[in-house]
Amino acid sequence: MDACCGGGPGPQPDDYDYGPADWTVGERRTPAGSVPVVSTNLTPADAWGRIRMRMGIRRSHYRVRPGLYAVGSPDEDSPVLVSANYKLSFDTLRSKLAGIDAWMLVLDTKGINVWCAAGKGTFGTRELVERVHSVRLYEVVNHRTLILPQLGAPGVVGPMVPKLCGFEVRFGPVRAADLPGYLQAGMRAGPEMRRITFSLGHRASLTPIELSVLADPKVLAVVAVLLAIAAVASIGSGPDAFVGRVAGLIGVPLAGLVAGAVVTPILLPWIPGRAFALKGALVGAITAAAMILGLDTAGSAAGIVATLATVTTIASFTAMNFTGATTFTSPSGVVWEMRRALPFQVGGAAIAVLACAASLLGA
Amino acid sequence: MTGLRYISDVVTLELVADRCDGCGTCLDVCPHAVLADGTGKVSIADKDACIECGACSKNCPNGALKVRPGVGCASAIIRGWITGSEPSCGCDGAC
Repeated sequence: MDACCGGGPGPQPDDYDYGPADWTVGERRTPAGSVPVVSTNLTPADAWGRIRMRMGIRRSHYRVRPGLYAVGSPDEDSPVLVSANYKLSFDTLRSKLAGIDAWMLVLDTKGINVWCAAGKGTFGTRELVERVHSVRLYEVVNHRTLILPQLGAPGVVGPMVPKLCGFEVRFGPVRAADLPGYLQAGMRAGPEMRRITFSLGHRASLTPIELSVLADPKVLAVVAVLLAIAAVASIGSGPDAFVGRVAGLIGVPLAGLVAGAVVTPILLPWIPGRAFALKGALVGAITAAAMILGLDTAGSAAGIVATLATVTTIASFTAMNFTGATTFTSPSGVVWEMRRALPFQVGGAAIAVLACAASLLGA
Repeated sequence: MTGLRYISDVVTLELVADRCDGCGTCLDVCPHAVLADGTGKVSIADKDACIECGACSKNCPNGALKVRPGVGCASAIIRGWITGSEPSCGCDGAC
C-alpha cells in the first residue's frame, strides 16, 4: 500500500479501527498503485459477523476500509462495481463474484448499508465522486462506467456524476446475486432483477432487531421498577402472589411486544388492514383474548381490562414501528397512520395503567 | 411481493409529462415498478406502490419527476415531532 496519508488507490487510513483485513488474498498492480485482491469465499468469521448484525450486537462496528479493491484478476477493461463499506454489503458483493474479474469501489458510508446510506446521503453523489478521485480510478480503467447497486439510486444524482468525475453511472440489479447475469447480458437487467420484495424469510430475519429493544438500559430500568412494584404489592402475600404479579406486570407487556414485533411482521400479508398499527392491534387483541381465556391469569375485571389494553396497545405501537424496517411503506403513509393511531395508543396506555393500578390495589 | 400493499392515496409522487423525454432511467431505478413505459414518455402505473425513496426524481435528467422523500421510521418521526426538526434515522443503520 502506498503512502499512509492519502494517495494510492488502495484503502485509505481513517480513525476507525478497521482491524486486520483477513479476507485479502493478494495484491494487484495498477498504474495508480497496488490494490488489494479480496477473496470471494466467506469464512465462519464472516458468517458470525452476519449473525451478530442480525442480532443487533455492536451494529455500528462492522466496516471495511473504503477504497478500491480487486476481485479475480481485473484489468483496465474490467467493470467497476460500487458498494458501501458496511462489511455485510461488502461480503454480500464479493461472495457473488466468484470467477469474475472486477474492481470494487467501496464508498465510506460510515459502516451503513447501501439502502439506508442512500437515504441519509452518505451513499451519495459527493462521496462517490470524491472516492473516484481519491483512488485515481481513471488511471486504473480505460472505460468510464461505474456500476452502482440499484438501491443506491435514492442517494445519487446520476446525471451530475459525469460532470464531476468523468464517469457515467449505470444501475445494476438490486441483488448482488444477479450481478453475474447482469454483466453477462451486457449490463442489462431483467424486470425481476429490479424489483424488491419482502418475503417471509426477510421479515422473520428483522424480528431479532425489533426485540433488541429489551436490551435498552431504559427498558431494563422500567423492568426493574415493575419488579419492585410487584414485590411491594406482594408484601405479606407470599411467593405465589409475587410470581403472579410479575407475570402480570412483565409477562403481559412482553406478550404485547412479541405480538407486535414478531407475530405481526411474520404474518404481515395475511393480517387484515393496511395500517400496521391496526394489524398490530388485531394481533394484540387476539393474543390478549387467548391469554385471558386460556391461561386464566387475569383474574378480576380490572385485570382483564389491563391485559387487553396493555397487549393491544403495545402490539399496535411496536407493529407501527416496524414500518421503518419494511421495503414497501411510504413515509407519507407512515405519517398518515401515526396521526390516527397515536391518540388511540395513548388512550390505550392510560387505560392499561389505570386498570393495572386498580388490579394491584385489589379491585 | 404478493399481497403487500400499504396506505392508498397519500404518496407525493408527481410526473411532469412535458419534461419527460422517454429516456427510461426512472424505470431502471424504481424498485417497485411504479412507472411504466408509454409511447415516447413514461407514465405512473401504480402510484400507491411508491415508497417515496426519491431514486426516480434524483436520476431524471430533465426534472420530470417530483417526490417528497422522507424517513419512514415511526420513532424517527415521533422524535421529529417532539424536537420540532426533520425526522432523522437515529439508528446506526445496520438494519
